[in-house]
Amino acid sequence: MQLVAENLTLERGGRSVIDGLSFRIEAGQALVLTGPNGSGKSTLLRALAGYLRPAAGRVLVADAGVGCEPAELCHFVGHLDGIKTHLTAAENLVFWAAYLGGPEGSDAPARVGAALKRFALDALADIPAGYLSAGQKRRLALARLAVAVRPLWLLDEPTVSLDTASVGLLVAAINAHLAGGGLAVIATHVPLALERALSIRLGRAEVSA
Amino acid sequence: MSAFLALLGRDLRLAVRQGGALGTALGFYMLVVTLLPLGLGADLNLLSRIAPGVLWIALLLAALLSLGRVFASDYEDGSLDILATGTLPMELVVTAKALAHWISTGIPLALMAPVLGLLLNLEIGAYPVLVATMLVGTPAVSFIGAVGAALTLRAYRGGLLIALLVLPLYVPTLIFGMASIAALLGPGGVSSPLLILTAISLASVILGPLAAAAALRVQMQ
Repeated sequence: MQLVAENLTLERGGRSVIDGLSFRIEAGQALVLTGPNGSGKSTLLRALAGYLRPAAGRVLVADAGVGCEPAELCHFVGHLDGIKTHLTAAENLVFWAAYLGGPEGSDAPARVGAALKRFALDALADIPAGYLSAGQKRRLALARLAVAVRPLWLLDEPTVSLDTASVGLLVAAINAHLAGGGLAVIATHVPLALERALSIRLGRAEVSA
Repeated sequence: MSAFLALLGRDLRLAVRQGGALGTALGFYMLVVTLLPLGLGADLNLLSRIAPGVLWIALLLAALLSLGRVFASDYEDGSLDILATGTLPMELVVTAKALAHWISTGIPLALMAPVLGLLLNLEIGAYPVLVATMLVGTPAVSFIGAVGAALTLRAYRGGLLIALLVLPLYVPTLIFGMASIAALLGPGGVSSPLLILTAISLASVILGPLAAAAALRVQMQ
């Protein structure tokens, strides 16, 4: 499987943010996006997820020569955590496990249990998500990565409000995903200890006065 | 299918946990209907003549109150982005959410109408007919309303805008809701307006999600 962007041009509010970007990542590779605020990292991730229609160019996820839409193949973790504060941590994940679907024959509760353990949330499983701290909420959002199997992970500044130990958990999860033949595109300001990572520095700085 | 049921179940569970939306809608419904006899005076004949219309209009207004939140809460906490990456097409996401709104708001409002009918001296024989037309007509309220909710997702004070967009679209539902009550209680017991009301509901269940999903895709850019 590969993720290909061809001559991608993205616009925000009529202003071109990314101009003619092309890249290709293969299974097992991560792409790290860096760049100053406003350089188009989030915009690029939203385009890769299929929310934003490119002004020109295209995004393609190719699997054995067959192209398909990226939206159903990706996990998207953006700035917002996608957590319902009235449900417990476990209920949030059970919903996403059922909604996003998983491999045939695997049962959702087991996947949720494993995901909670993986992100050190098992002690918080029965607490309403509204009572979690910002870092714990972020970990809960990241635990979604583990409840459903998706080949492409799109992470927008996933380390925000995580402590050092949690960043370690995240990096371990990403490396395991890559080792299993997955792909990841990660926008970050913090250097992450990733194996097999390419990186793109998005150039354009904020509009100067 | 399991994704559809998961989303429907989650929205119903949230409606029960949060409680606010249904409580506000039922309270608003009750207050509007209670204020009316106070304003019109205690002319029982007049009240019983206008009761079905009052109950229908107040139901539309009460349902509007909770429509604004159908997509807004998912949009604000980022869930909508993730829902879009599911295997479920956006049209079915809208269907599940509008269906949850109908079950959690439309049905309780319709079932509360006879209680409020007592306040308006509605004749006893009209109760089953009133509730039946409301149960048939309220899916249109939820599914047409979902289009308005999707269109006003990012608008400041979207709640007021929804009313302006959606209330005119409720006109056919209201007309045929009232017509079917009159026809069923009339001498012949004719049911053709009820069939048209059913058709309006079914059409909005199909067409509403198409329009709302298109609006959501634009809003999520």
